[in-house]
Amino acid sequence: MAEGLSLRNLVVRKGAEELVRIDAHVAAGSVLTLMGPSGAGKSSLLSAIIGALPSGLTSDGEVWLNSKNITGLAPERRRIGLLFQDDLLFPHMSVAGNLAFGLAAGGSRTERAAKIAEALEQVGLAGFGDRDPATLSGGQRARVALMRTLLSQPRALLLDEPFSRLDSGLKDQTRQLVFGLIRSKGLPTVLVTHDPQDAKAAGGTVIDLGQK
Amino acid sequence: MRAEPVLGFFSVGMIAVLAGPVLAGLIGVLLPAFGHFPQAGLTGPTFQPFRDLFDWPGIGPSIRLSVTTGLIATLASLILSLVIVATTQGTRGFAAVQAMLAPLLSVPHAAAAFSLAFLIAPSGFVARALSPWATGWDRPPDVLIVGDPQGFALVAGLVIKEVPFLLLMILAALPQVRPSQTLLSAAALGYGRVSAWFFCVFPNIYRQIRLPIYAVLAFSMSVVDVALILGPTTPSSLSVNIVRWMSDPDISLRTRAAAGAVVQLGLVLSVVAAWWLAERLCAVIGRQVGPSGRRHGWAERIWPIGAFAGMALVVTGVTGAGVLGLWSVAGFWGFPDVLPDGVSLRGWRRHASDLGKALSDTVVIAFLATAAALVLVVSALQSDRPKSARWLVYLPLIIPQTVFLPGLQTLLIGANADRGIGPVIAAHLIFVLPYVYLTLVDPWRAWDSRYASVGAALGRSPMAVLFTLRLPMLLRPVLTAVAVGTAVSVGQYLPTLLIGGGRVSTLTTEALALASGGDRQAIAVFAIMQTLAALAPFAIALGLPALVWRNRRGLSNG
Repeated sequence: MAEGLSLRNLVVRKGAEELVRIDAHVAAGSVLTLMGPSGAGKSSLLSAIIGALPSGLTSDGEVWLNSKNITGLAPERRRIGLLFQDDLLFPHMSVAGNLAFGLAAGGSRTERAAKIAEALEQVGLAGFGDRDPATLSGGQRARVALMRTLLSQPRALLLDEPFSRLDSGLKDQTRQLVFGLIRSKGLPTVLVTHDPQDAKAAGGTVIDLGQK
Repeated sequence: MRAEPVLGFFSVGMIAVLAGPVLAGLIGVLLPAFGHFPQAGLTGPTFQPFRDLFDWPGIGPSIRLSVTTGLIATLASLILSLVIVATTQGTRGFAAVQAMLAPLLSVPHAAAAFSLAFLIAPSGFVARALSPWATGWDRPPDVLIVGDPQGFALVAGLVIKEVPFLLLMILAALPQVRPSQTLLSAAALGYGRVSAWFFCVFPNIYRQIRLPIYAVLAFSMSVVDVALILGPTTPSSLSVNIVRWMSDPDISLRTRAAAGAVVQLGLVLSVVAAWWLAERLCAVIGRQVGPSGRRHGWAERIWPIGAFAGMALVVTGVTGAGVLGLWSVAGFWGFPDVLPDGVSLRGWRRHASDLGKALSDTVVIAFLATAAALVLVVSALQSDRPKSARWLVYLPLIIPQTVFLPGLQTLLIGANADRGIGPVIAAHLIFVLPYVYLTLVDPWRAWDSRYASVGAALGRSPMAVLFTLRLPMLLRPVLTAVAVGTAVSVGQYLPTLLIGGGRVSTLTTEALALASGGDRQAIAVFAIMQTLAALAPFAIALGLPALVWRNRRGLSNG
């Protein structure tokens, strides 16, 4: 179990109360789906994996990524990408600015611009670079958010109900795009969702956190 | 975990700025109050300063004046602002009042007081507008309107400034109470909007505006600048006398001033305690009246009062500013002419060099104090722990300036550190910090912290997230906080006067130095300049984000 994301006896507590406990390995390119009712601690678990638990919560156990223990690392050094149900595009930057924020440092100005243009083209948004994110449709914004994350070259991906705000036609299309990219890039992924359709499309292991 | 030691340090810095000077000032005032004053060769403890204070013939009337004007001004401001909100909330009039709030708030107390004086004085604009056709006066009547012994003019001057402050505090508290839904469900039960507002919305609001009310109470009881302009002189209120004794060349009067400051503190604490008791009483009565089932339909008829009060406030503010502006450029303006004979810039030219000097000192002090406050507040908010800060930031607003600033001055002189502009900036910081904090705290907390998670997931450090995401997205509230901080600093009188030892002069101290003289044009020139210095940052706070983010729709309302 070398490559991939390992959650070793990861426990999130609120004071003395145990909110959630998990012990699982996610192989490269596969998706672990966490389901369960609201308040089951799904989002807290994601926060523990990226190392940004809100104050009041504590965690135990270890997080390993590609044979490296990253438990003690700051969130920005873990190289774990994160997508929420809201696209959370930075409203003060253009579409290209958002992508450039994600894109790893390095390369000349033209090289970076080319990478951003390529990323936009890949999700059918060629020429959208100068646009204000607020003028994009929900589906377009979701795709920009996805590419922003992928351009940062994450080694694993966490998805927090990423499709729940999209309407049904768009949902299928976006699911295919996201899971296709995860497979082709070989990213170990943890998906949190309410929607059994998401779990089905993801195709990996499903853990129901509601049943203890 | 990470970076918290540093940020924790800034939280400590904020506490130090807020509580340190107040505590030090209290010590610095308690020692001379009990006769320990080495600079004058006195060592205590003795009750002599208090005996001296109570032997002063004006002590009774000046205490009475402080208490009555403070209480009446606070009560009137509270009732007016509540009636304004209760009767106009959700209407177009409300939006108008709301739009006028920021400018009304930023006008320095002294400028507001001067403009009121120019309106209501026997030779003021109102008398001119009515003379001689309605009053028969062809010379100003010999009545004491400004500086009346009961302090009504003083109360009016305070109300003009305190109503906008309380309105802002009520507006900040409103969204959490969800008034529209509450009013709607109460309406469905047969309660009109005014009685519904007072029974269902007000109790929840009051909890959150309690500290601001105490601040208004403490301020109104101990105000100096407004009292110098509008208050009586036979005798003046206690705080004015404390400042007079502190500024007297006869250094032995300082112990009497210190004793006066201790009495002033006792007065404020007693009145706040009494107010608190009255709150409990009203709550008990409110609970008795509420479930009686009566719908109090008569209450709906007070709505014209709210509308009228709001209008009167705006009209007084605007006309007052207009009259001030007119005086600053007036040629000869005899009574009872409504308008001056001619208009010239002579007044402005005459004071150009004094104005320039005072303006540059005002700007430097305001800029540095506000910048320091912003750094401290952002750092403390970033460490995200100061839950108890709300009480703390009200400390320098509830303990009156006339109580602890004299003590600070005494300590500074003792330490030989009463030199230059530095101590003045530090003293301004004490009062700028709370307002910067209060303006910024809600928008700061409202920022979606998932943006920070996204930033971290994209490999950015907390510092990078702060500077590339959070601050740019919060540009508008940050600039508003800067504008509020600047306006507060521009309006400060006592910190400049007492801590600067009379050697630092700002637009405010210059304007007040002119107050006792009769040179209306000079007063008008300085008061207008003071107002402009306070208003300009608001114009920037409104205009700059609109310019910088003109192509970013997502930030147009943020």
